[in-house]
Amino acid sequence: MSDVIATLSPEEISEIEHEIALIPRRDGAAIDALLIVQKHRGWVSDESLRAIARLLEMSAEELDGIATFYNLIFRKPVGEQVILLCDSVSCWLRGCEQVKARLSERLGIGYGETTADGRYTLLPVPCLGACDRAPVMMVGDELHTHLDETDLSVLSPEGAAS
Amino acid sequence: MTERPLTQNIRADGASTFLADYEANGGYSGLRKAVSSMTPESCLDEVKNSRLRGRGGAGFPTGMKWSFVPMGEKAGPGHKYLIANADEMEPGTFKDRLILEQDPHQLLEGMMLAAFTIQADIAYVFLRGEYVLAAERLMQAIAECYEAGYLGDNILGSGYSLHLHLHRSAGRYICGEETALINALEGKRANPRPKPPFPQVAGLWGRPSIVNNVETLCNITHIITHGADWFQTLGRGEDSGTKLFGASGNVKNPGVWELPMGTPVREILEDHAGGMRDGYQLRGFLPGGGSTDFLVEQHLDLAMDYDVIGKAGSRMGTGTMIVLDDRNCPLGMVRNLSRFFAHESCGFCTPCRDGIPWVVQLLDRFEQGQATEDDIALLEEKAAFIGGIGNTHCALAPGAMEPVNSALKYFREDFERHITAGGCTYNGAAGRH
Repeated sequence: MSDVIATLSPEEISEIEHEIALIPRRDGAAIDALLIVQKHRGWVSDESLRAIARLLEMSAEELDGIATFYNLIFRKPVGEQVILLCDSVSCWLRGCEQVKARLSERLGIGYGETTADGRYTLLPVPCLGACDRAPVMMVGDELHTHLDETDLSVLSPEGAAS
Repeated sequence: MTERPLTQNIRADGASTFLADYEANGGYSGLRKAVSSMTPESCLDEVKNSRLRGRGGAGFPTGMKWSFVPMGEKAGPGHKYLIANADEMEPGTFKDRLILEQDPHQLLEGMMLAAFTIQADIAYVFLRGEYVLAAERLMQAIAECYEAGYLGDNILGSGYSLHLHLHRSAGRYICGEETALINALEGKRANPRPKPPFPQVAGLWGRPSIVNNVETLCNITHIITHGADWFQTLGRGEDSGTKLFGASGNVKNPGVWELPMGTPVREILEDHAGGMRDGYQLRGFLPGGGSTDFLVEQHLDLAMDYDVIGKAGSRMGTGTMIVLDDRNCPLGMVRNLSRFFAHESCGFCTPCRDGIPWVVQLLDRFEQGQATEDDIALLEEKAAFIGGIGNTHCALAPGAMEPVNSALKYFREDFERHITAGGCTYNGAAGRH
């Protein structure tokens, strides 16, 4: 068991154990544990998943059922930055489909895909709660508002959000 | 006393009000008052007397919701929980973000007062994962509260103790449903639970729990500080208090504003949102988010009160309106909403899991010019079944069908035209043409 868990770093294990200490059951920390590992590694691999499951004393299958339920847990590798483009109603009324088309053209990828240079992954996201500034998207942790399909300069050549 | 309590600390520059400024503006006087001179019973009476109704969408009376929590020895041994639902994911809703980012202490004080009233000893903020700035500011505010003695053991020397944690969600709309939220807090898939038992009796970890929307809890701060009688004077119509109303879509000045309950729709859309953008006409609006029924021009003079909007065939919902204009296709808008609900269904109940994608497929047929008259009848039949109360565990599917049913009612000619014209005639896609 220790070998399997050893695929997690001491830092990851310590952060997960901190969450476990707050609640009555070890498997109750499943979502937090997945997010902690993803924070360190960018995504949750099969190997990481099995290690987390052992640490939480639950089956890997059950944990995968949880991991795949949530929109923001990535079970495939993603780029350095994930672009979450809002495709919900207020952004739709303000032209998010045109933004999506232009973004796909510029990056050469569709939803669920990563650019060849590994810089960006493009995903749709449910309403980002910034409808007064539609259309909007997140690039990494940054919210970008009033998107204009003719100007996507927020995606700088260096890959950093402006 | 302010007439705009919820936004009194909101600054034009978008910066957050932290502890020193919050206290300087009267902050935490409600908490001091409650723990020094009130009892849980008198706090509950104040909230009941205020006639506050839940601001998350359902409009359930907050005091009544709390009154089902077992108190004293009846609660049995163990924790009680107070949870702030900050999982703002209803399409077209952007009101709680304002408070979370710019006045986090207002929410925290409301949570402390709610927790004191039900005698909860653990509280959670359940925050949607994408609200990164809100998470940073809440973390800072929570740390300030522990430092100042507003959180932790023996708060302000009262003997009352409360510990508060921030949970950042991994993202699903259904987490906004309170029993699904509780499952997510327990680390599980966020499937709503069958009720009863209700969370007030058996919620998080099987213990008594209250889940309230962010805006609801913020109101508690002001009700306890200034009293129920004052709160009742804030409303213009049947309901008490103020509300964060908003408008998005092709209006001139989209935004969110704190206004008295009972403010007429026309005032919100014309005076505050500035009317339609040049070149756009109003076709209709969803009064409170993506799961409310369309209303149309004839409803513009209605007051935004729960029962007034209910009698008109829709719901107050979150109070943030989504405005449909004449250059965007009503079917396209409903198709966008239905796709959202199909994607966000937890998949537990068959009418929701299989029925909403079926509705999307039917709407696709209209869009692509393949629909016949029979498809209108089929759509009506499916929408009635999927939206039938009691056919599913939670309100996701009924909510999803509200824009569909009301679009069939108010925009029937658009459905007909998609059949006769062989597809959509609205310049293809939505947007700024």
